[in-house]
Amino acid sequence: MTLMSGAQMLVRTLEDLGVDHLFGYPGGAVLDIYDALLDSKKIHHVLGRHEQGVAHEADGYARATGRVGVCLVTSGPGATNTVTAIATAYMDSIPLVVITGQVGTPLIGSDAFQEVDTVGITRPIVKHSYLCQSPLDIPKYLRQAFYLAASGRPGPVVVDVPKDCVGPSRRFEYPEDQQVVMRSYNPNLLGHRGQIKRAAKLLSEAKHPVLMVGGGAVISKAADKVRKLAHDFNLPVTSTLMGLGVFPGTDRQFLGMLGMHGTYEANEAMDKADLVLALGVRFDDRVTNSVQKFCPAAKIVHVDIDPASISKTVNADLPIVGDVDTVLGQLLETIEEQGIVCDKDALEGWWKQIEQWRHLDCLRYKSDPQLIQPQDVIRSLYKATSGRAIIATDVGQHQMFVAQHYQFDEPRHLLTSGGLGTMGYGFPAAIGAKVGCPDETVCLVTGDGSFQMNIQELSCCLEFNIPVKIFLLDNHTLGMVRQWQRMFYRGRISSTSLNSNPDFVALAKAYGHEGFRVEKPGELDGAIRKALAMKDKLVIVDVVCNTDAMVLPMQQMRGSMGDMFLNED
Amino acid sequence: MRQIISILLENETGALSRVVGLFSQRGYNIENITAAPTEDNTISRITILTQGDNVSVERITKQLHKLVNVIKVSSLEDDSQGIVEREILFIKVQCIGHTLREEIKNLCDIFKAEIVDVTPELYILQYVNTSAEIDRFLKAIAEQADVIETVRSGVCGIFRGDHALHS
Repeated sequence: MTLMSGAQMLVRTLEDLGVDHLFGYPGGAVLDIYDALLDSKKIHHVLGRHEQGVAHEADGYARATGRVGVCLVTSGPGATNTVTAIATAYMDSIPLVVITGQVGTPLIGSDAFQEVDTVGITRPIVKHSYLCQSPLDIPKYLRQAFYLAASGRPGPVVVDVPKDCVGPSRRFEYPEDQQVVMRSYNPNLLGHRGQIKRAAKLLSEAKHPVLMVGGGAVISKAADKVRKLAHDFNLPVTSTLMGLGVFPGTDRQFLGMLGMHGTYEANEAMDKADLVLALGVRFDDRVTNSVQKFCPAAKIVHVDIDPASISKTVNADLPIVGDVDTVLGQLLETIEEQGIVCDKDALEGWWKQIEQWRHLDCLRYKSDPQLIQPQDVIRSLYKATSGRAIIATDVGQHQMFVAQHYQFDEPRHLLTSGGLGTMGYGFPAAIGAKVGCPDETVCLVTGDGSFQMNIQELSCCLEFNIPVKIFLLDNHTLGMVRQWQRMFYRGRISSTSLNSNPDFVALAKAYGHEGFRVEKPGELDGAIRKALAMKDKLVIVDVVCNTDAMVLPMQQMRGSMGDMFLNED
Repeated sequence: MRQIISILLENETGALSRVVGLFSQRGYNIENITAAPTEDNTISRITILTQGDNVSVERITKQLHKLVNVIKVSSLEDDSQGIVEREILFIKVQCIGHTLREEIKNLCDIFKAEIVDVTPELYILQYVNTSAEIDRFLKAIAEQADVIETVRSGVCGIFRGDHALHS
């Protein structure tokens, strides 16, 4: 029997939990853990260049692979630098385990060097958190943390590890087959049978139904059943930003994203629907517009694993608490048992109406022979990648252009900060995705504002040979804020011009990568293909594009779903 | 509307602060709160008095349920059999002179409060009752004597009849 230190138990537990990649940044309080990591053959450590980047990398890894993302940082500033990333993961229900160093237990509360109350600071933005009091807490809490992070409604879990718990002097027998037992935590997967029968009945009677999918459908791996239900019943399908890819973007039944920058047809369909079957969504304010005017004619069937999400903003007429995939399985069974057959013709009138809205072609925009439009870039990238790449985005206009113009056919292919809207998320998320899915093409679509918020990770990509492709929609402005200033602040442009950008091509080269600039629409397709062809290289394609492009359509504030500003061209 | 929420939770470090934090994060106010271990000392019971309509109480109840340490949550208004609720009050009053001391003693007898500490110049009174009765007693005392200080425990509540908050 060998005795192990807390640090060795920490590494061993991560190995036992199947961790292959650990994103981290060392420091004083985690020296012992880093020492123990040297002896691990199973865990590859990816050294980020800033703890925010490190934690977003673990997040991107989790979103792309569906596994728990893990990161390790030191106490104090190491921990506080992860706060934005933890909040990002919390808002989007991403399974993330954040291991933070802490000063030794005798020093806690004494304002010691690099001491901060990590558990306290992160309390409102975690699913749960632990402060280890003894080395033996480490394997127990880590196992619980992984279980909590990934089960039920996933989320980030912080495990705070004081330095004296990982030191070499205290050694214990490693607890091998430790089971996770938590009497106060039992997520409920199965939906209520009676409610599901009622849902089946509503579905069979609806004349104007809409199927609305969200991030919960991604998490519960419900894509197959969503597609079956939609196709069996010829349902129009819309998606939140977080749900893109659950239903194929290229399917005729897909209406596009809904909400603030959703399509006219998706929003009009919601507005006129008599039944909204909402799967794994939380009806946030970027989706609903005015809650009072939201879907006035519709009965709302809301399936979600989190009871607190149901009737939080939009009242559910028929709530079903449960895992989306499990509930859909039950619903499909009920439909079969009761012999409910879909009368596809019944929806013909509804589809005719939808096609009229669709005919408006609300995503059209005017191309310019001299000036690259940001939408051109997304469309070109879509063609060049055959719509199959994993796309990470930052936050702003480029993010919405991706959601509108890149048709995602599979879940886990769009990595974007939907809830918190974190600029600086995209690049590290792309890194995490590429680490987790090395055989996939991973692209970052970003803006010149967002990219500079975690640009230091270029160095990480060189060290670990992480060849993500970066498409920088360089419009020399904070585009989305500028758009709002033009639309709602009488064109008074305040602090949104970025006239002192670095030379991004030179910067790519300075970091040891490739880069080139595109300024003419005619060069765009070639440049994108060239970048994608450089398989083993990180490439920055600096696309100089129209500063005045607007993300349209756009819902009118405090209006109904269908009240939209449309493109006038 | 006055609402009493009862919570059973793991008796662990930080569990109480998660509950308290949730109220402020979600924009709810705690009027008073009591917390102590139950007969099973791995479980604590918290009673919170808050204001809100039924919808907002349902929302905060669901959010409380989500806390990993929380075992059970119930609004004590839910039950048709009603509840028993009590609070404890201590008042330190200045009591100089025979007449005033008699008067305070009389009030205590009327309200069934107790005098639990006596000095030549002070009484400490103890009163156990509902919050509303405690308010009345406090007012009655304050009309007669100078109140030096008061302390109230916050509400404790339990269902009447066979309905119980089990783990």
